[in-house]
Amino acid sequence: MATPKKGVRPSRKRGPSSRGAHGHPGRSLLFVLLAIVALTGGMFLSGHTTPRLGIDLAGGTSITLEARVDDGDESAINATNMNTAVNIIERRVNGLGVSEAEVQTQGDRNIIVNIPRGTDEQQARDQVGTTAQLGFRPVLTAVPAQALPEEEAPADGGESPAPEESPDASATDEPSEDAGEPTDDASAGDDAATDDAATDDATDDAQGMSTPGGATTANTASFTSFRADETDAPADDATDAPADEAPADDATEAPADEAPAEDGGEAAQAAADIQARLDALDCSTPEARLVADREAAAADEGDNIITCDTEGQWKYALGPVAVPGTDIQDASSVYDTQRGQGWIVQMEFTDGGSDRFADITEQLATQAQPQNQFAIVLDGEVVSAPSVSQRLGGGSAEISGSFTQESAEDLSNMLSYGALPLSFDEASVSTVSPTLGDEQLRAGLIAGAIGLGLVVLYMVVYYRGLALIALASLVVSSILTYTIMALLGPAMGFALNLPAVCGAIVAIGITADSFIVYFERIRDEVREGRTLRPAVERAWPRARRTILVSDFVSFLAAAVLFVVTVGKVQGFAFTLGLTTLLDVVVVFLFTKPLMTLLARRRFFSSGHPWSGLDPKRLGARPPLRRSRPAPVPSDPKEA
Amino acid sequence: MSRLGAFGAKLYRGEVGVDFVGRRKFWYLVSIAITILAFAAVLLRGLTMGVEFQGGAVFTTPETDKLSMSEAESIVEETTGHSPIVVALGGEGAMRIQVSGLDTDQSNASREALAEELEIPTDQLNAEVIGPSWGDQIANRAWQGLGIFMVLVVIYLAIAFEWRMAVAALIALIHDITITVGVYALVGFEVTPGTVIGLLTILGYSLYDTVVVFDGLKEQTKNYTRQTRFTYAELANRSLNGTLVRSINTSVVALLPVAALLFIGGGLLGGGMLNDIALSLFVGLTAGAYSSIVIATPLVADLKMREPEVKAQDRRVLSRRAKRAEAGQDEDDLDGEFTEDDARDGERAAEEEHEPADDAVEHEPEPAGAGAGAAAVRAPRRQPPARNRGRGRPSGKRR
Repeated sequence: MATPKKGVRPSRKRGPSSRGAHGHPGRSLLFVLLAIVALTGGMFLSGHTTPRLGIDLAGGTSITLEARVDDGDESAINATNMNTAVNIIERRVNGLGVSEAEVQTQGDRNIIVNIPRGTDEQQARDQVGTTAQLGFRPVLTAVPAQALPEEEAPADGGESPAPEESPDASATDEPSEDAGEPTDDASAGDDAATDDAATDDATDDAQGMSTPGGATTANTASFTSFRADETDAPADDATDAPADEAPADDATEAPADEAPAEDGGEAAQAAADIQARLDALDCSTPEARLVADREAAAADEGDNIITCDTEGQWKYALGPVAVPGTDIQDASSVYDTQRGQGWIVQMEFTDGGSDRFADITEQLATQAQPQNQFAIVLDGEVVSAPSVSQRLGGGSAEISGSFTQESAEDLSNMLSYGALPLSFDEASVSTVSPTLGDEQLRAGLIAGAIGLGLVVLYMVVYYRGLALIALASLVVSSILTYTIMALLGPAMGFALNLPAVCGAIVAIGITADSFIVYFERIRDEVREGRTLRPAVERAWPRARRTILVSDFVSFLAAAVLFVVTVGKVQGFAFTLGLTTLLDVVVVFLFTKPLMTLLARRRFFSSGHPWSGLDPKRLGARPPLRRSRPAPVPSDPKEA
Repeated sequence: MSRLGAFGAKLYRGEVGVDFVGRRKFWYLVSIAITILAFAAVLLRGLTMGVEFQGGAVFTTPETDKLSMSEAESIVEETTGHSPIVVALGGEGAMRIQVSGLDTDQSNASREALAEELEIPTDQLNAEVIGPSWGDQIANRAWQGLGIFMVLVVIYLAIAFEWRMAVAALIALIHDITITVGVYALVGFEVTPGTVIGLLTILGYSLYDTVVVFDGLKEQTKNYTRQTRFTYAELANRSLNGTLVRSINTSVVALLPVAALLFIGGGLLGGGMLNDIALSLFVGLTAGAYSSIVIATPLVADLKMREPEVKAQDRRVLSRRAKRAEAGQDEDDLDGEFTEDDARDGERAAEEEHEPADDAVEHEPEPAGAGAGAAAVRAPRRQPPARNRGRGRPSGKRR
């Protein structure tokens, strides 16, 4: 049993306690009234006067994704991996410009994506349903997205300016992530990679190469883009770039890259083509970026792509995927205390991946500034483009730059997604047009009204006057439920869906059951021959016990359902649990005090035929030794 | 109401009553028969699983005159190779098209085809596309939830009441679920996630009823060892009859909103989630009301009567009753004396909250001639064991 509420002490002992049982009904009622006022006030203040509606009532699309392990290792489905996946999916869905899309895990292997109406559903599903594509692509060209046109044109159109441009590119490359701490990188590069400095003189500023503690040959793909570096970078790059480019990009991509350097006819044509596309690329708005990203994401792994970075600051022309995301085994963000580089991202490659990575970095390391960058592309979007200063073998690498903790975690999350041994299947997709949503909501409300009406009708027929109390309590309960639901929307993302409505309707019954238990108890006491006021007080401790025990069981069921189950069951369980709790509150703080107060009214205490407490109708035991009713003696004793 | 109220009073006092506990064997048999029937139905007929459990799609078209039901059927059949079930919703041409056994791609294809035919954008066509494993997952979770809940509730009831009641409640619960599942198999209702929700909710509800009854039972038998008037079974039966009105009322009141849901869900929406939840709740709640009265309490009594202590007490009660019977012609009066004695014993010993003063002061106006008056010639104590002076004693052993 729960703790007794104030004013409802168990009336075990006679005398004082039975007075206590009368309590201060007014106070409880006042409390409930205040709670209602406060909740209603809060509701209006917060501006959320209606509960947030779920997809099935408001219209929209709800997609349930089920995680599937790729290699049969069930332990891969764990909270960390699922959260990584949620982050990625959230990123993609919100990239659609959907304002209120929700992505959340449900149960241990599902992700629910709720997309409100007004969004292009097919597009959303494409985004959500496709597996994320993470890959490393060598950077061919990078231009500032919003740079002055005259700068851009020469930079990329002509060959030699290109290298010049790239330093700029690298300089502001990752504005979000690298505030620019030249000292870090410089030192990192120095202490770890003396030999690199020799070969890669051109990119020495970019060498964040290092050997993380103990690892065999952990290397660094370091961010080199610091504003502070801008000055020296151009010089280096300009000199080195032409020389190095050709050998470096001998892969499929090479022609495009080489062209500028060698100004060969066809190659130049290809470069110009890319340049034209790059110029045409619009990275200025999120929508435009989305288009660009989608196009880029749709491209084949072996194709060149042009795309934008996350912030829309840079436009990139990228080579084919050199290292696919699946080659990443693990990625994590760590705080580097040894070399004072701040937050860095470390990653490990699979066996195949480490070879590929070593090969490509070997090539890249010899390149000049733009081309020595290695773009990390997630779903067609460049999330980071660290530069490489040396061959990175040994199966691991780290990215340093001026990360904040958050940006480092973001990046490592994205990298881990490539490594995530999970893929997601659409377990269920449900699309509800606003019309159907409205209809279902209306049907739910009508059903609720009918249900409430029937219950009240039954109560009136059976309990007559007492039904007033039941009705008042139900109304109080409904107001509380409604306001709390409305407030829970913004507070914890509660959305009222159809099963939740259903739960609320079913809860009318549970709430009314509590009143019945109490009323029947009172009637039993009246049948014993008690007058109403003692009957009300004596009935309470017993009814209370029954109500608490059975409500507890209901609540337990709701809680278990909520925790264990998936899908719409949760909404149902939530409302059921909420209303069960409210039921206890209402019965204790409203129904009982109200009963106590009304028991003083003549209508009830005199057993008016319509009060529902008429002793005769109840078949009360007649007085044995008295011929007169004795309310007078009973009163002083009880009160 | 007055008649109902009077009847309630008689039930309460044990003047009338159904001998549930005494005839428990009969009820057990009934329940066992139902259970066997349910099992047989499930085994032979099987459950009709909805698309959610097989993978597939449900499309709900808006009101339209562009597409007839047969056209819709053929479109879906063409695109997917599976024949759909098409149900008309309302009279305005809206319909529900249900295809099972599809994978997501097929579902999408048929959805686009339908939308095209309806000349509406694809996302205006309500669709629920379900992958084949989704239902399994829901079902697995449901089983899991069921298991966890049962364990927890048995523990809780064992603490709040006693283990026998916990066991009886559990059996009643399983009984309810079996019946519900059996009804689904027999009638061929479709099992959907909504059904599962409803089924799981029955857990809480069925126990609500059972708890109400058990609470009465616990109170009634509190002074069992301090009285010699009734056997445990008799007390259990009295408590059951005393709370009969209550449990019927709570069941009816719980069923009313569910019935409203069922009516609206089935009538207005032509099926769907509301209807599914409501249907299984309706069946389950009815079964729950039945089992809490007819199964749970008699089971407790049965279990209790195996206890040596209770056995001994029952023997004492019976022997004393036999003595009373021998005591002669005026045994009726004597009986009254005994009752009074018993009541006092119980009262003094255990019932602290009882105020002797009440006896003198709590009275109602003139009873004479009142409808219920006939039933109330004598005035026993309100202590449960002695309340009715054996008037409603079911076994009729008194004379």
